[in-house]
Amino acid sequence: MSDSATPAPSRRSYVQTPSQTVGPFFEYALPYDGGPNLVPGHYTNAIRLHGTVYDGDGAPVPDALIEIWQADETGTLVRNLGSLDRDGYTFTGFGRASVNLAGHYTFTTVKPGAVGDSAPYILVTIFARGLMHHLFTRVYFPEDADAHLSDTVLAAVPADRRGTLIAVADGTGPADGTGTDRANAAGAGSYRFDIRLQGDNETVFLDFDA
Amino acid sequence: MTDRLPTQAEISAEIEAHAAETKRLMDAGGAPPLHPSRDYAPYRSSILRHPTHELVRVDPEEVERESPAFGHTDVNPLESDLTIQHSGEPLGERITVSGRVLDGEGRPVRHQLIEIWQANAGGRYVHKRDQHPAPLDPNFTGVGRAITGDNGEYLFTTIQPGPYPWRNHTNAWRPAHIHFSLFGSAFTQRLVTQMYFPGDPLFALDPIYQSITDPAARERLIGRYNHDLSSPEFSLGYEWDIVLTGPKSTWMESEDADE
Repeated sequence: MSDSATPAPSRRSYVQTPSQTVGPFFEYALPYDGGPNLVPGHYTNAIRLHGTVYDGDGAPVPDALIEIWQADETGTLVRNLGSLDRDGYTFTGFGRASVNLAGHYTFTTVKPGAVGDSAPYILVTIFARGLMHHLFTRVYFPEDADAHLSDTVLAAVPADRRGTLIAVADGTGPADGTGTDRANAAGAGSYRFDIRLQGDNETVFLDFDA
Repeated sequence: MTDRLPTQAEISAEIEAHAAETKRLMDAGGAPPLHPSRDYAPYRSSILRHPTHELVRVDPEEVERESPAFGHTDVNPLESDLTIQHSGEPLGERITVSGRVLDGEGRPVRHQLIEIWQANAGGRYVHKRDQHPAPLDPNFTGVGRAITGDNGEYLFTTIQPGPYPWRNHTNAWRPAHIHFSLFGSAFTQRLVTQMYFPGDPLFALDPIYQSITDPAARERLIGRYNHDLSSPEFSLGYEWDIVLTGPKSTWMESEDADE
């Protein structure tokens, strides 16, 4: 295994590299200017996506890192360059935010359009000290209740836990389930998505490696 | 919970119990665990931070099967040299860490982002909550970034990080390591991990390293000293390849496992 001779390429060489915790000291390394702002706050259809990360005692986790990855407003994964060096105009679909000392994170983004047959959602990745291997989850939007009925991932989640994947509308904007006008339905809204790593109302985490 | 920190002997006994359980499962024909269990009490911070429900297994959809794109508009090539970020030379042993990022088929992961961060030669991070009374180095921040090349290759020039103490238990020390953050071609391949150095005497004592309970899996985190990567009168070279398998990868008995 650690033989210094160069091994011949073989199938068994390509085994997954194991995960390790992000640890406590990423704050000066991974967050970056503009990381939480996928669009400028004054953008017409900007939404706030925010929440608090809690541990199994219900205490806020002050050293977590959250990443989001999503389609644009039309449901397209644009894959533009520029996530690390934002130009204030180009939407890339990727964002990164560390939580503050109260365990709270905030992104400014847009509500994604639906991709394929699924209801609109944002993929969320959670890293933290004490977390050996990151966790994936999804944020769905409360005004899309009808689309949730046919979403295959939500269907795989036990009904009594499904609510942990649906953000709570907590600001001005659409979010009352009545918005059909696209601009109105995506504009100026705020959504709260708390993440409970353990315990009562534990967030549903997803394993895509099934 | 009491305020008394566990002893190394207590933590080591817990580590051994977890290792024995993995060995028992593997001896019974179970697949070796590729990742640490999130529920690994010897690392005390994990106790309240792991989910207790099974993860819900679902098929990745287009969002999960794609990954953000990064490129040279995002990362300056100079960011891969951690020794030139200040006006003077950092203290410590200069090293080169180089390798390739590959997928589960051995294909290169091209033009993707790698981020690293690490302690300085004295084992101190540039982080306000790092209280280890080792000196900061005004010429070393310990943060680097790179975009992989056409063959998935990367190369960082940095300083050998020092081991450092932490308060998981009494006299707890982390083996020297460099943190790595990686993106694959699918978001499901996202990985944050740590690279270690060969022969570290702290390996057996460290609950974070030992959280990977299969010895063969642990070895995948150790860079290999490669004399050909060392530069005469300049730096020592370590080689470390990273494999990001995609979704739907399944463990298979190696065809030559009987050798």
